[in-house]
Amino acid sequence: MAALLGVMELCWGDVGLLLAMPRQGLGNAAIAAVANDEQLTRFGRTWAAMAITEPGCGSDSAAIRTTAVKDGDHYILNGEKIFVTSGERADSVVVWASLDKRLGRAAIKSFVVEKGTPGMTVTRLEKKLGIKASDTASISFSDCRVPAANLLGNAEIDVQKGFAGVMETFDNTRPLVAGMAVGVARAALERASELLSKAGCRFDYAKPLLSVSHAEATLYRLEAEWEAARLLTLKAAWMADNKLPNSKEASIAKAKAGRVASEVTLKCVELAGALGYGEDELLEKWARDSKILDIFEGTQQIQLLIVARRVLGKSSGELK
Amino acid sequence: MVVDVQGQALSVLSKLAQADWPDRLKVRKSFEKLVYSGSRASFRLAAGRAASKPREACPAAGDLFDLSLTDEQQMLVDMLQGFALDVLRPAAHEADAQARVPAALINQAHELSLAHYGVGEAQGGLAGERTVLSNALIAESLAQGDFSLAAALLVPLSAANCIRRWGTAEQQAAWLPAFVAEERAPVFALAVNEPGVLADPAQPATRARKRGKHYLLDGEKTLVIAGLEASRLVVSAQAGDGPALFVVDAASKGVSRRAEPCMGLKACGLARIQLKGVKVPSDCRLAGKGFDFKAFLDLGALAFCALAVGTGQAALGFVMTYCNERQAFGEPISHRQGVAFMVADIAIELDAMRLLTWRACARAEAGLPFRREAYLARLLCAEKAMKIGSDAVQLLGGHGFTQEPPVERWYRDLRSVAVLAGGLHL
Ligand SMILES: Cc1cc2nc3c(=O)[nH]c(=O)nc-3n(C[C@H](O)[C@H](O)[C@H](O)COP(=O)(O)OP(=O)(O)OC[C@H]3O[C@@H](n4cnc5c(N)ncnc54)[C@H](O)[C@@H]3O)c2cc1C
Repeated sequence: MAALLGVMELCWGDVGLLLAMPRQGLGNAAIAAVANDEQLTRFGRTWAAMAITEPGCGSDSAAIRTTAVKDGDHYILNGEKIFVTSGERADSVVVWASLDKRLGRAAIKSFVVEKGTPGMTVTRLEKKLGIKASDTASISFSDCRVPAANLLGNAEIDVQKGFAGVMETFDNTRPLVAGMAVGVARAALERASELLSKAGCRFDYAKPLLSVSHAEATLYRLEAEWEAARLLTLKAAWMADNKLPNSKEASIAKAKAGRVASEVTLKCVELAGALGYGEDELLEKWARDSKILDIFEGTQQIQLLIVARRVLGKSSGELK
Repeated sequence: MVVDVQGQALSVLSKLAQADWPDRLKVRKSFEKLVYSGSRASFRLAAGRAASKPREACPAAGDLFDLSLTDEQQMLVDMLQGFALDVLRPAAHEADAQARVPAALINQAHELSLAHYGVGEAQGGLAGERTVLSNALIAESLAQGDFSLAAALLVPLSAANCIRRWGTAEQQAAWLPAFVAEERAPVFALAVNEPGVLADPAQPATRARKRGKHYLLDGEKTLVIAGLEASRLVVSAQAGDGPALFVVDAASKGVSRRAEPCMGLKACGLARIQLKGVKVPSDCRLAGKGFDFKAFLDLGALAFCALAVGTGQAALGFVMTYCNERQAFGEPISHRQGVAFMVADIAIELDAMRLLTWRACARAEAGLPFRREAYLARLLCAEKAMKIGSDAVQLLGGHGFTQEPPVERWYRDLRSVAVLAGGLHL
């Protein structure tokens, strides 16, 4: 909860800057979740990025093609990772790779690869829609030797347990991404209401929705949606803090906050008209920055899938 | 007074002890615990009253966000959900068709003694310092059975809340004891909505003109829940010094009433009521300290939000089962994203509605400003509840359009959430 509140406030300032801050990323969350004690002491203070996504797969993270082959007390990594947040600036990268592609998701393990390890090439992605303060990198691995002790958690391939362990990290990180969405959306709401107030709108919650101006009604609607996203996000974090299973709620928060942030920031540009569209205001920037929050850490659709499976009691084989 | 409070609780218990349906529903245990803890809580309060002021409104920092219910609230919810699913749900279809609450149900509801939660301890009820959220939970739980029946059953509780909160000590002493008496509570209907298009309930068109020791009321009220059977009406009207509430004898000269059939809420006995020069004694104007007409309206709106959450939950449960059972193209329809995502969205928005409603209620009962929260809760609930109603019918296809499954009734009832401004009160 404390982390979440911090993230909300920082993203009221800037999402890209928060993502560029050391040691707050998904890589550190993964280390915290799966590392053994020895690894925790070694990697506890490192700043780790996370590399799951590949050119050929993103949402379907079980389909990764990067491989890790044991060779003495090293693993040899080969493959291509893209869209690694802070991939260039971080001290190391947590890389998902398969020990044996025939065994599917159970064989996927994560490796801490330190920056500058021979065989690892990092290329920064320069042009994107938003969060430009955050570096996004491609990393290719070509016979990259990583100490076997850097394999996080258990090296055995446990076909029964499979994927669940790695996926659990997301129950903690999704509310944080939802919190980013809540933060940036609030910035837009506040600025839009400031500009509209100068244009004569009154936001005093006094008149029925049908009797206020369309601009006022629109902002009220956005505010209600935003409040919904905020409370759902707080709920997911509160459950995590109280050790209640929160997989469904984490996805509910991420789904709702992700789509609300896009709707709110885009509508606020519209509400402010030409002023909102111009670069003199930050409204257009927030509308660009917010979009990624409905994409990474599981897209809107992926969150809906998770929620639907939980609500309907379906497996990933039944509801694809 | 301590004896009175406990005596009252015991009389609720003994009434329940004679009823047979708690056993059938296997809820007697929670009943007894509930009533017991109700009386215990009253004891605590009564004992503490001499020494101290009410409990600190601001909890420790760690508790600022806490969604857990108290034991008492949880028991209330469990008990009323059982009642809603096992008694209200099966009765709802017929109540809708006959446009009235079945007599048997009225008796069962009397045994629940819901109005006790609206009457202060001084008058022998169970309402303590913080009641708004518990009231919302009552509404939410009942509405899982049926929206319209729940609304009808909440009328006495709403009236009691209204008199307790907005009446003077004398007014409370005069009217409230009847709500916790052995006989059925009197029907006080809240007449707030007005028929004008774009009407603003905060500016009633109904006028109250002061004439000596009386007021003269003129105007028209619409969609009054239990308006026909009511012996008294709590009427909102514009007085010289601002909007006010009047307790009007329904048999007064100048009051005319007629049934007002609508799209839904059939079991509520909606009525259109005309007031022509109705003479109301001045002391029937609710004039308690801190009278706040806006807060009165907000607590009314929140009652409908809570009902919407309950019925939304019912709809989610129903479509979940249906979509898993119904086969099309060789598999359950729930295996298709077009179907499954609609169900997921119902779950998401329902939770959002609940949290906004709870939050507004929690602020209200902590004595914090809750205008904004109530406004946003109402806005969200109005929009999402209708979407849920509509999607529930859609997910059942043509079957959803027929009256056999309850979803078309929920569709009709949920349309009211955006329309009704008053009629109930948390
Ligand atoms: C700026 C930025 C930073 C990022 N940072 C990281 C990072 O640090 N680490 C990392 O590993 N990744 C990162 N990503 C990658 C991101 O997580 C993926 O882009 C995202 O998960 C989606 O994967 P994809 O792009 O391959 O889209 P795809 O998986 O190809 O999806 C395309 C579309 O299809 C939909 N879709 C896919 N499968 C289904 C399904 N089963 N049902 C319904 N719809 C479906 C998706 O919702 C989406 O709309 C980042 C991306 C960007 C742009």
